[in-house]
Amino acid sequence: MTQTLPVAQTWKSDVWSWITTVDHKRIAKLYLFAAVAFFAIAGTESMIMRTQLATPDGTLIDGSLYNQLFTMHGVSMIFIAIMPLNAGFFNLLVPLHIGARDVAFPRLNALSFWMFLFGAIFLNLSFFTGAPDGGWFAYPPLTGKEFSPGTGMEHWILGLAVLGTSSIISSLNFAVTIFNLRAPGMKMTRMPVFTWMTLVTSFLILFAFPPFTVASVLLLTDRIVGTGFFNPVAGGDPVLWQHLFWFMGHPEVYVLILPPMGIVSEVLPTFARKPLFGYTAVVFSGISIGFMGFAVWAHHMFAVGLGPIANGVFTAITMLIAIPTGVKVLNWSATLFRASIKITTPMLFAVSFVALFTIGGLSGMMHAASPVDMQHTDTYFIVAHLHYVLFGGSIFGILAGIYYWWPKLTGRLLNERLGKIHWFLAFLGFNITFGPMHILGNDGMPRRVYTYISGQGWDTWNLVATGGAYLMALSFLLFAFIVLKGLRGEKSAGDDPWDGATLEWATTSPPAVHNFDSMPVVGSNRPVWDGKYGGSPAPMDPAAAESDIHMPKASYWPIFVALGLAFAAAGVIYSYPMSAVGVVMIFYGTFAWTQESTVGPPARPSGSGAGH
Amino acid sequence: MHDLYRLITLASQIAGKSKATRWRRYGVGRYLAVTLAAVGVVVLAGCGELPQTIMHPAGDDARLILDLLVPVLWIALVILVVVVGFLIVSMVKYRYRPGNDGIPPQIHGNPRLEITWMVASALIVAVLAVMTFKTMSIRAEAPGPGALIVEVTANQWWWEFTYPELDVVTANELYLPIGQEVDLRLASNDVIHSFWFPSLSGKQDVVPGTVNRMNFVPEEIGVYPGQCTEFCGLAHGQMRMAAFVVSPAEFDRWVEMQQTGADPALATSPGAQVFQINCAACHSIRGTAAAFGQIGPELTGIGARTTLGAGVVNHTPETLAEWIRDPSQIKPGVLMPALGVDVGDVPAALSEDDITALVNYLEQMR
Repeated sequence: MTQTLPVAQTWKSDVWSWITTVDHKRIAKLYLFAAVAFFAIAGTESMIMRTQLATPDGTLIDGSLYNQLFTMHGVSMIFIAIMPLNAGFFNLLVPLHIGARDVAFPRLNALSFWMFLFGAIFLNLSFFTGAPDGGWFAYPPLTGKEFSPGTGMEHWILGLAVLGTSSIISSLNFAVTIFNLRAPGMKMTRMPVFTWMTLVTSFLILFAFPPFTVASVLLLTDRIVGTGFFNPVAGGDPVLWQHLFWFMGHPEVYVLILPPMGIVSEVLPTFARKPLFGYTAVVFSGISIGFMGFAVWAHHMFAVGLGPIANGVFTAITMLIAIPTGVKVLNWSATLFRASIKITTPMLFAVSFVALFTIGGLSGMMHAASPVDMQHTDTYFIVAHLHYVLFGGSIFGILAGIYYWWPKLTGRLLNERLGKIHWFLAFLGFNITFGPMHILGNDGMPRRVYTYISGQGWDTWNLVATGGAYLMALSFLLFAFIVLKGLRGEKSAGDDPWDGATLEWATTSPPAVHNFDSMPVVGSNRPVWDGKYGGSPAPMDPAAAESDIHMPKASYWPIFVALGLAFAAAGVIYSYPMSAVGVVMIFYGTFAWTQESTVGPPARPSGSGAGH
Repeated sequence: MHDLYRLITLASQIAGKSKATRWRRYGVGRYLAVTLAAVGVVVLAGCGELPQTIMHPAGDDARLILDLLVPVLWIALVILVVVVGFLIVSMVKYRYRPGNDGIPPQIHGNPRLEITWMVASALIVAVLAVMTFKTMSIRAEAPGPGALIVEVTANQWWWEFTYPELDVVTANELYLPIGQEVDLRLASNDVIHSFWFPSLSGKQDVVPGTVNRMNFVPEEIGVYPGQCTEFCGLAHGQMRMAAFVVSPAEFDRWVEMQQTGADPALATSPGAQVFQINCAACHSIRGTAAAFGQIGPELTGIGARTTLGAGVVNHTPETLAEWIRDPSQIKPGVLMPALGVDVGDVPAALSEDDITALVNYLEQMR
């Protein structure tokens, strides 16, 4: 579907149109593209670490670099790879899922993206002057000025502050969009599970990030002006930091896993050609996981010495989370019962998500029991557990989503045969890498060590894990090839290549700028499916195509304000006048933002394609 | 290696005898046996000595935790097999077959079934919680009277052990008499560390500004390695230690040696002079009047220690000399300066003869 633009297309205007875009689908592409790039960087960091650990007494890198790498790998994968990958899907899908033309605040949406991009670049620039090396959890006093004298920690604190602001803005945007922009008949109880999980995730971010941002500012003042909030020598309390950090850190885990759970809840029913088993139970499980996620943070701190009462309470609540999680797994499984399963690449990734997430969930249940955690915490057992959740879970879910929704991004399909090879290599490589880490942890290998001595019985499994990591790297090179091929191919996917059930399949691939020619009317939680097979009217009525559609106007103020925030943050490290310039830019940009006209030129309805 | 040989023999026997079985008919028997043998090779190669495993406890706390871990692990494995088995069977049994283009039954859910497995999950969780709280209540018991008090002080990147009732201070190698409860009080001089002997007990973080407690009873004589498990900076991976669980008689001998300290006859040896001038500001040795240093590890009984640099290398006269020459070659980040190499224009503090004398002196501290 081509959209006539009022200006002549040159490469300059093309770049400018991306910089000023407020279209949720283009912002989705920006998010996904940038996040994949940062995923590649963070993945490369992990490959260097696995190579170092392939043999005992590895000499590839020294401890200082290793500590920077494992810190940046964790921070990057969490905040600038998986979170923005999820955000890419929020952007692509939420308006399509609820039958809206765009998000509630299109320019704020652009602002979120540019803040994320600048925050992520800023974080990675630290490699030139010494990256943060205190772990993604940044426990003081190790991260205080005395023990971390460089500027790495400032990059960590300010980078995460920028990224956190971006996430908070984007969460408000999606919550408001979901509450207000649903098409007629799209009740909350008819929303796709993915959109539900977007809503839950938005609330998690809204409640988890503000306290964390305050805490990291306290850490910043500890470092730059010598306050003593977390410094025991000055009467501060390092354990306070741990509480504040994990009050964000644990909900963050659900921020990373709930959206991929939503993806899987869309993919499984499509290829099973059945409705999701127990829609209500799956949605409510997601909501209750979100709620309980705020009451389990201290299970990251069982060994800190909080005492048996605190450990007992957090053990109990953590175990309770197993119930809604188990319900989800069983409902996904039951969706396959008596189905007619089309084994496609997205389906393979989605089903492996269920299996691998189950392994991660069960090992999580094991160290929910705080005495067991006294042995397992800070060992490779936890490394295995968290990667089964965040890689076997989140990343496999995201890959399922990329293969599944590629038509809505590009109008084309990714190569199925190569996709299945990619799945096979990734699945095999993943298990060979992280499976043995359960054994390593049980055999006493601690995390975050840049070297280990031989004679511990760790040599073989480390070598095996490294071999698996190379296999996985290979699978991602293949994925890069598949994606590049998928950008260029001629083959048209058609509007509804997978015989889908939800509204995004009722419009063209890729959708027109205005998404839908007419307002969809929704009568069930599978409007498109029921229109095809259920005897209900199709959600789109071609006769109702609207002729006078105005989309929001492109704006350069979002990138201007985001740049201002980046300057303000970077200036804290490099020069205070730079911060001042940044603050002026933020205020001026925000003012100018309020003064510009927001209504763009009319978008022409596509007239065909949408709504058959 | 013997086990390995037996496993391969056994596997090939299975392959040979499986002629009459259904496996053989499908030609899978031999492949299965080969796969089994291959897995066996990998597993056994990965086994051998596992000094730091949590699976062979030698202390009451580690045993208590293992007794909880094993049933929990079995429950998890059963759930895993059921779920993954269901997924695999479904993917095969309910796969789309060409020509079968009908719509499968549109099952939206089954409240009775869903409530059943919600209740089943809750019951499993309840069983786990009861087991866990039972273990927790035992672990929460305070140490009884007569427990051996040891004060642990964590430093970047080594451990100090003080026995206040016995007037003994040592570093990185912890001596414990078998069967006697030990009451540990853990403090840190700098950042957060975590104290862990996997064979003896669960770990306990060591947090500056507070004193954490833990207690356990060592139950088997032996040497058990441990290490810091809370990331604590540059040499976190090299902050190791060892626990020597010994008979009461041997423990008493060790305590006496530590209390006596250096043989007064050694005070005139050339190494003693070198030590007084170059080492005593940071290190102390019991029985040498001028050795008062508090910054570095206590060196009383250094000659009897099995490792150097907090478990980084085995202790021999050669490695000790190397350590003194330039410890950062063995343990990058170590705070001790290089005494035996020139640094820029500054000549080495110690000549090779000094180092030889010093090593001789220290090796006699046993």
